[in-house]
Amino acid sequence: MAEKNGCFNGLKCRECGKKFPAEVLYVCDDCWGPLEVDYDYDKIAARLTKETILSRKPNMWRYKELLPIEGDVTVGQHVGYTPLVKSDRLGKALGVKTVYVKNDTVNYPTLSFKDRVVSVALSRAKEFGFDTVGCASTGNLANSVAANAAAAGLRAFVVIPSNLELGKIIGSLIYGINVVGVEGTYDNVNRLCSEIAGHYNWGMVNVNLRPYYAEGSKTMGHEIAEQLDWQLPDHVVCPMAGGSLICKIEKAFNEFIKLGFVDKHDFHIHGGQAEGCAPIVEMVKENRDWVKPIREPKTIVKSLAIGDPADGPFARQTMIGTGGWGENPTDEETVWGIRTLAETTGIFAETAGGVTVAAAKRLIDAGRIKADESVVLCITGNGLKTKEAVEGEFDAIDSIQPKLAAFDELLKKIEGKEPATVS
Amino acid sequence: MAVTVRIPTPLRKFTDDNETVSAEGGTVQEAIVSLQSQYPALKERLCDDSGNLRKFVNVFLNDEDIRFQDGPATAVKDGDELSIIPAIAGG
Ligand SMILES: Cc1ncc(COP(=O)(O)O)c(C=O)c1O
Ligand SMILES: [Zn+2]
Repeated sequence: MAEKNGCFNGLKCRECGKKFPAEVLYVCDDCWGPLEVDYDYDKIAARLTKETILSRKPNMWRYKELLPIEGDVTVGQHVGYTPLVKSDRLGKALGVKTVYVKNDTVNYPTLSFKDRVVSVALSRAKEFGFDTVGCASTGNLANSVAANAAAAGLRAFVVIPSNLELGKIIGSLIYGINVVGVEGTYDNVNRLCSEIAGHYNWGMVNVNLRPYYAEGSKTMGHEIAEQLDWQLPDHVVCPMAGGSLICKIEKAFNEFIKLGFVDKHDFHIHGGQAEGCAPIVEMVKENRDWVKPIREPKTIVKSLAIGDPADGPFARQTMIGTGGWGENPTDEETVWGIRTLAETTGIFAETAGGVTVAAAKRLIDAGRIKADESVVLCITGNGLKTKEAVEGEFDAIDSIQPKLAAFDELLKKIEGKEPATVS
Repeated sequence: MAVTVRIPTPLRKFTDDNETVSAEGGTVQEAIVSLQSQYPALKERLCDDSGNLRKFVNVFLNDEDIRFQDGPATAVKDGDELSIIPAIAGG
């Protein structure tokens, strides 16, 4: 175990508040609620200032005191600090003045926000002395565990539903770790991984290391606030699968308020899921505080297809509590979202990004986000991994002889029908 | 209605080591309340301050998760079997 130099005391139950030591624990033995890290914010305030943050390298570890590791960062030192891109063209397409894209499609090294959670989880796994790690994943998490474990020299097993997109499967296999496909849904995968974690005593990042893992998502919120010149936006729209990221964005904003890095601000956090698997959005829309699981998700948005989201009740609370809302666009709207984002910002997002853009559109059309309010879209994964989702949108490309006359002729044809969906 | 409730190992210390307990009620929620009146120590394990089933306590009615039905309001009938199971963490 590394020298104890962290700013956290242990773990505590998110449901009943019972305290636990900072060990490999993840459920409360009293009420079965999930555990989360219990920080010492006085210690953090004494060590972390805006100046300290600004003096550090541009990666997520500039907020190290707010992350649950004891010693040095050993996995994922370069993750995070992705661009926050302001786009007037996207604003125009959506019908609001001020839109920012938090662009985790270019997160390092595996092009999704999951590198944030994995660098924390695997750094912590090494502190605990695990030699084998793994995860239950809808694809992006598997890619990130695979790459970061390979770089750290850890043995890894990533478990995924076997029907994922090719890009997500190759994107794990290439790192030379063990990829296990399961015939079934993500919830089947998750149940299996919970048994694997107990049986083999491996560090499954989103199961028995979950309290540590989940904290990594906060850095997306920390970065948004810092990149807005230490201000909070009016609105954030965030995709949801298990419902963890959305809660951690709220937590990050509240931490910065508590530490005095930003002024208190009335921010609203909204969540998006695909219509064919929207158990958390349905809790919001039906005003129900328990998750009604989706047995068979039916959507092209495989990365968000978790039918029984572990953090569902908390994610609902984040949306309701901040005066936000949930939206569940159709697959058609999601494809529109992917194309609109690409055509207005030059950012090619995966399906979850399409859901986020399409959810934002609905929220704006419904007046839940007003034209003069600022909104940040959390774009969490890269479109090159889910090409299948938009493949059918395009005709075969025009192929011509390498002659100017042939191009000339083609140009005449093209000028009749410009391809873009957004002007 | 009399239903049988299967008690998971970690909770048996609160039910005098009984693996199954008989409970009364017309809905899952009522059966749980009846269970708690027999074994008061179970109360804060299974329910929050307002008496609602805790969110991370899953209940299966004859092997089917009640969340696929009407949740705690799901009706039960004589001879049904309830199992109490922790929610799967992760995801
Ligand atoms: C691209 C992408 N965005 C968002 C999420 C949602 O994350 P969470 O499970 O924390 O809600 C996932 C989860 O797999 C994802 O892959
Ligand atoms: Zn508890």
